[in-house]
Amino acid sequence: MADNDYLIRLEGLTKTFSINSSRGFRSARLTAVNDVSFDIRRGEVFGLVGESGCGKSTLYKAALRLIEASSGSVYYQGRNLYEMSFRELMKVRREMQVVFQDPYDSLNPRMTLEELAAEPLRIHKYGGRARRLARTEELFAAVGLPVQLIKGYPHQLSGGQRQRLCIARALSLSPEFIVCDEAVSALDVSIQAQILNLLLDLKEQMGLTYLFISHNLSVVRFVSDRIGVMYFGRLVELAGKDELFDHILHPYTYALLSAVPEPDPGWIRKYAVLQGSVPSMLRPQAGCVFHSRCPHGDRLCTQTPPELRDFGGGHYAACHKAGELNLSLDTGCLAEKG
Amino acid sequence: MRTLLSNKFIMLGGAMILAMLLIALFAPLLTVYPYDGLDLANKNQAPSLEHMMGTDPYGRDVWCRVVYGSRVSLMVSFAAVGVAVVCGSVLGIVSGYLKGGFDLAAGRLIDIMMAFPSLLLSMIIGVALGPSTRNMCLSIGIPLIPIFYRVARGAALSVGERTFVIASESMGSGRFRTMFRHVLPNVLPQIFVVLSMGMGGSILAEASLGFLGLGIPQPTPSWGLIVNEGKPYMFTAPWTTGFSGAFIALTIWGFNLLGDGLRDHLDPRV
Repeated sequence: MADNDYLIRLEGLTKTFSINSSRGFRSARLTAVNDVSFDIRRGEVFGLVGESGCGKSTLYKAALRLIEASSGSVYYQGRNLYEMSFRELMKVRREMQVVFQDPYDSLNPRMTLEELAAEPLRIHKYGGRARRLARTEELFAAVGLPVQLIKGYPHQLSGGQRQRLCIARALSLSPEFIVCDEAVSALDVSIQAQILNLLLDLKEQMGLTYLFISHNLSVVRFVSDRIGVMYFGRLVELAGKDELFDHILHPYTYALLSAVPEPDPGWIRKYAVLQGSVPSMLRPQAGCVFHSRCPHGDRLCTQTPPELRDFGGGHYAACHKAGELNLSLDTGCLAEKG
Repeated sequence: MRTLLSNKFIMLGGAMILAMLLIALFAPLLTVYPYDGLDLANKNQAPSLEHMMGTDPYGRDVWCRVVYGSRVSLMVSFAAVGVAVVCGSVLGIVSGYLKGGFDLAAGRLIDIMMAFPSLLLSMIIGVALGPSTRNMCLSIGIPLIPIFYRVARGAALSVGERTFVIASESMGSGRFRTMFRHVLPNVLPQIFVVLSMGMGGSILAEASLGFLGLGIPQPTPSWGLIVNEGKPYMFTAPWTTGFSGAFIALTIWGFNLLGDGLRDHLDPRV
């Protein structure tokens, strides 16, 4: 693949935490992200889904080098973030901004909205005071915040307005790449739609690339071009949005997608309810990470971990039985309305 | 500035502290007797027109000694707490935010300091440095460092985990910038609370040192010293301890009000 096809590429990214380590005695290791590789193309929205605790947030933090990965590399526009000096990394950070999950905690309560929105500008010494103020007003308009609020404090804003401010802050340096870490999950449903539309509009206007992390499949389906499914620190399936929903290859994806609520009350769907619970991260099992809960597992699955295989058309899945199983969501039917 | 003055706590506390400072500054204008004039014939006299606060066990005018005593007491409390707050908070915030090796080293240093009773530590420092007002401030201030260190470190640990601190790092902010822009302002309220306590504590520590003979050399008065001198006669001549004690109490109250008021004022939500 040529260098300019992708904006950011992860290669074998792994992050291991040691738990209960007291002064040099390591007692347990937790692999939160295990050998994840994928790339995000310029101008696309890459959705990352998975249940709570599967390593989504650790993955993006390691991908931006906000935490140090245990192994693997991240190429941003062809340059490995893990081979950069601190100074170079700070420069690259201009291009990569994050919108965090909790808008109530991601704004310093003691700074005015102007200071908050202009913070990246100040950090990277963008223009003088007047220039920064003009840019801040521009950003307020772009995200739909009233400019009169510029001298206010975050506690005067609603959740949706706070998230707009976070987006304004992320946009201030005209970055190329924005990570939305559960960016709408703390908001009311009606506000979620506004924020999602805002994000998509801004993407069109500014040619942004998003890594959109969520556990809400409806949201990911709405915004994403391609979707990666994570389970237990591994990427289990990766495909274009429609391809993923139409031709599921991994039983975990099937279980996940079948759990999406359907707004039509007449629609009855077969649910693939998973048995058991997520295995302990501290005692990794042999074989496929999903085998203890997989309805289709056999001996091979308990012994050999499956590789992420290419099934054509950019559809990847890490399952020994991928392609052999009938995992169609179209088994539901319209109930007779009486 | 207008909101600063509209806060009743700040106004009242500030007025009290300001009054004390003015008394200390204009001491010669407010007194008629010398603060060290012995008059053993008139010892332990009750308040009268000649001596508005009576006389102490050596026949000296109590009002006069209290007024001059404010100079030493206020200076010591400001300087000692200043030393403690700067050293303690800086070490604490850096420890709590950076964690790791620095935290470990600073933490053990503070543990060593805390192993000594604070009065004993004051005495050791006082004896080692020799008697002078500056050394007195140091010997009272240094044992107060662990209080500020612990409060600042604890607060910085919790603030450091909040999303806006991580957000600032993700924007490309350096660690020191993040520390001063985000961690420090959110740790200050907790420090303010301890600050007013430290002010009172240092006035009392100065009194204890004075009592042990390690304070300001006689006959220079300080509030704690006057309380101690009057203590044996507390029931027969309560004015000596009473008036000097009241000044200590008023000052501490003033600092507490000011501290509470400032904490509220610095919180934009209030």
